[in-house]
Amino acid sequence: MKKLIISISLMLSFSTTGIAAGRDTISIVGSSTVYPFATVVAERFGKSTSFKTPKIESTGSGGGVKLFCAGIGIDSPDITNASRRIKESEFNTCQKNGVKDIVEVLIGYDGIVIANAKSAPRLQLTRKDIFLALAKEVPAADGSEKLIPNPYKTWKDVNPALPADRIEVLGPPPTSGTRDAFSELALEGGCQSFEWIKAIKSSDKQRYKSICHSIREDGAYIEAGENDNLIVQKLEANPKALGVFGFSFLDQNGDKVQGSLVDGAEPEFETIASGEYPVSRPLYFYVKKAHLDKVPGIAEYVQSFTSENAVGDDGYLLDKGLIPLDEAKRNHVRAAANSMQPMTM
Amino acid sequence: MNNTELIKKGLPKRYRREKRFRLYGMMAVMVGFIFLLILLTDIISKSLPAFSQHWIQLEVQFDPDVLGVAADAEGKALRHANYRAILKRAIRAEFPDVSKRRDKSKLAALISSSAEYELRDMLIEQPYLLGKAKTVWVRADDDLDTYYKTADKANAVRLTEKQIAWADRLQENNLIESRFNSTLFSDGDSREPEQAGIRGALVGSLYTLLVTLLLSFPLGVSTAVYLEEFAPKNRWVDLIEVNINNLAAVPSIVFGLLGLAVFINYFGLPRSAPLVGGLVLTLMTLPTIIIASRSAIKAVPPSIRQAALGIGASKTQTVFQHVLPLAMPGILTGTIIGLAQALGETAPLLMIGMVAFIVDIPQGFVDSATVLPVQIYLWADSPERAFVAKTSAAILVLLIFLVVMNGLAVFLRKKFERSW
Repeated sequence: MKKLIISISLMLSFSTTGIAAGRDTISIVGSSTVYPFATVVAERFGKSTSFKTPKIESTGSGGGVKLFCAGIGIDSPDITNASRRIKESEFNTCQKNGVKDIVEVLIGYDGIVIANAKSAPRLQLTRKDIFLALAKEVPAADGSEKLIPNPYKTWKDVNPALPADRIEVLGPPPTSGTRDAFSELALEGGCQSFEWIKAIKSSDKQRYKSICHSIREDGAYIEAGENDNLIVQKLEANPKALGVFGFSFLDQNGDKVQGSLVDGAEPEFETIASGEYPVSRPLYFYVKKAHLDKVPGIAEYVQSFTSENAVGDDGYLLDKGLIPLDEAKRNHVRAAANSMQPMTM
Repeated sequence: MNNTELIKKGLPKRYRREKRFRLYGMMAVMVGFIFLLILLTDIISKSLPAFSQHWIQLEVQFDPDVLGVAADAEGKALRHANYRAILKRAIRAEFPDVSKRRDKSKLAALISSSAEYELRDMLIEQPYLLGKAKTVWVRADDDLDTYYKTADKANAVRLTEKQIAWADRLQENNLIESRFNSTLFSDGDSREPEQAGIRGALVGSLYTLLVTLLLSFPLGVSTAVYLEEFAPKNRWVDLIEVNINNLAAVPSIVFGLLGLAVFINYFGLPRSAPLVGGLVLTLMTLPTIIIASRSAIKAVPPSIRQAALGIGASKTQTVFQHVLPLAMPGILTGTIIGLAQALGETAPLLMIGMVAFIVDIPQGFVDSATVLPVQIYLWADSPERAFVAKTSAAILVLLIFLVVMNGLAVFLRKKFERSW
């Protein structure tokens, strides 16, 4: 028995050292929003080159950066995807853990749409409407500078031009990057239309954030899980409800749902690219420069991700719903990425 | 009134009660059956489109000039040739009236992106094709494939009007054919629905379950035998018992966290490997196996033990030659229930990186792999419409896997069962 235990533990230790010596697959973690794009690039990269197909885990932006910044060494990921820019605190953690040189690559934009079933009339919203309908606390209707718990029951209460339907919005839970971006872009955008709230920002940033980013919890906003397909199905079944999800799902389900106009702009390819549609966010990925000579194929993967074939005006990622950068910016990003220029905060 | 009369008087009431109770039981079974039927019909009807795939017939010219290679190129030089270009030419040859640049690219979009890699492999294998023409069948893009499969043709939004006209013309000219989708069973994951298969996840599940079985069965059975037959009855053994019963109720994600901390961070085992997945799932299935095995061992009549001891068998001989064989059917049932649970688990695998996009089919226990339920989850979350059918098809495969496992349990139980 003793011999058996010793031989097993020896075997285990040998096999682990054998594994730890090298890795020939690129390991990628991060945002579930970038995941659909990164996976397509990875798959084509695996098929068209002699490198192995990179492995991609969808951990969310924050979780991805945490893994990425854990340290240098082949048991940590080489690349992390993010649906927002890396935060300064995260960057500092990275530095502290020895992940010194990080290459930042901006790949394009993603729009967040507020959609309803095609059988219902298309809504024309403003960011102010969205804020008033969904924020936890809103300014009192009498114009005084006072916050009250959100009293609005129907869209008509918010804005007389909207239908008298009950406010019912299906959206992602707080763990989702889409939710963060929605709060930041749509709610905060509407929040800023109140001058006195905007003024709080300079005096009390925490309070400003809690006013502008908190979503009501009285049942008008329904957390529908991370699965955007599910939201589309629920919208089809309930024409009075609205749903919040990424543009690529609207793109694929255009026969079932329609995107509401926000500030007069329809969520379309062109309007999101030009910035006319206000609720859109940048997508990034970050490369660990120290791993370039440890894991084969990283530089080539970055090259194919930034190539015109992928993110160009006619690239294959556009078919998956990515909104491209304009040409000058694209060339700039490509040059920086291919020369592996480390980022600074 | 004597007793007999009294009992007779109460009889109809008792019969009625019995009948009523039977009815309740039948109703409960019926309701369960109807739910199962609804679930199965829904899954099967949704999965049907996933089992077929449309192919397009094209006359491809392997022209070295268009490919961008020398006329006598071979092997490596052919790897990076421009196969997209000869494909574009081939489909344009079918539609000579298409001339605008934008239309041309829309036309080429009807072909799956896998076609260029297939042509590449074909040419590398048969270099003599260079400079010649050949009729090939290539996969249709998922948007086109979905268009042919949907009944409601008027509502197709993924194709433009022109593309629909081309699609109809392909059908008129018999250049399109629906075949059984063997890719679904022979390939790994893909982001293009027409190229996605569950082979990778199936193999990953097999490896993971094999590790789980090889570790949890011997460990679980020896624990059960020791606790039931050899352990002294004292406070420590009671404590162990309570802990094992508790472990059976711990949420599975906790085992994932444990696996991450111990196997990956401390022992340095690779992320996303079936080995680690199997280890984590072993922790999860152990309590199930131990509890089932203990009750199976307990159910063996004491007379068997006494008889064996009585004719001079040692304690070990009694346990291994008499008690264990008789307890085997129960132990095997417990093991298979535990493994079936492990097969359907995703939560603990999330932590150890097995919820990932992995294209290559795993070749061993330390290759990156994913498992069937994870594949279902990933496909259910994909925006492309054609993945709805693929998701249901994957669920069907998982169900068949489970039925086979449970069938095995019934078979083994029948085989080893003995009455006394």
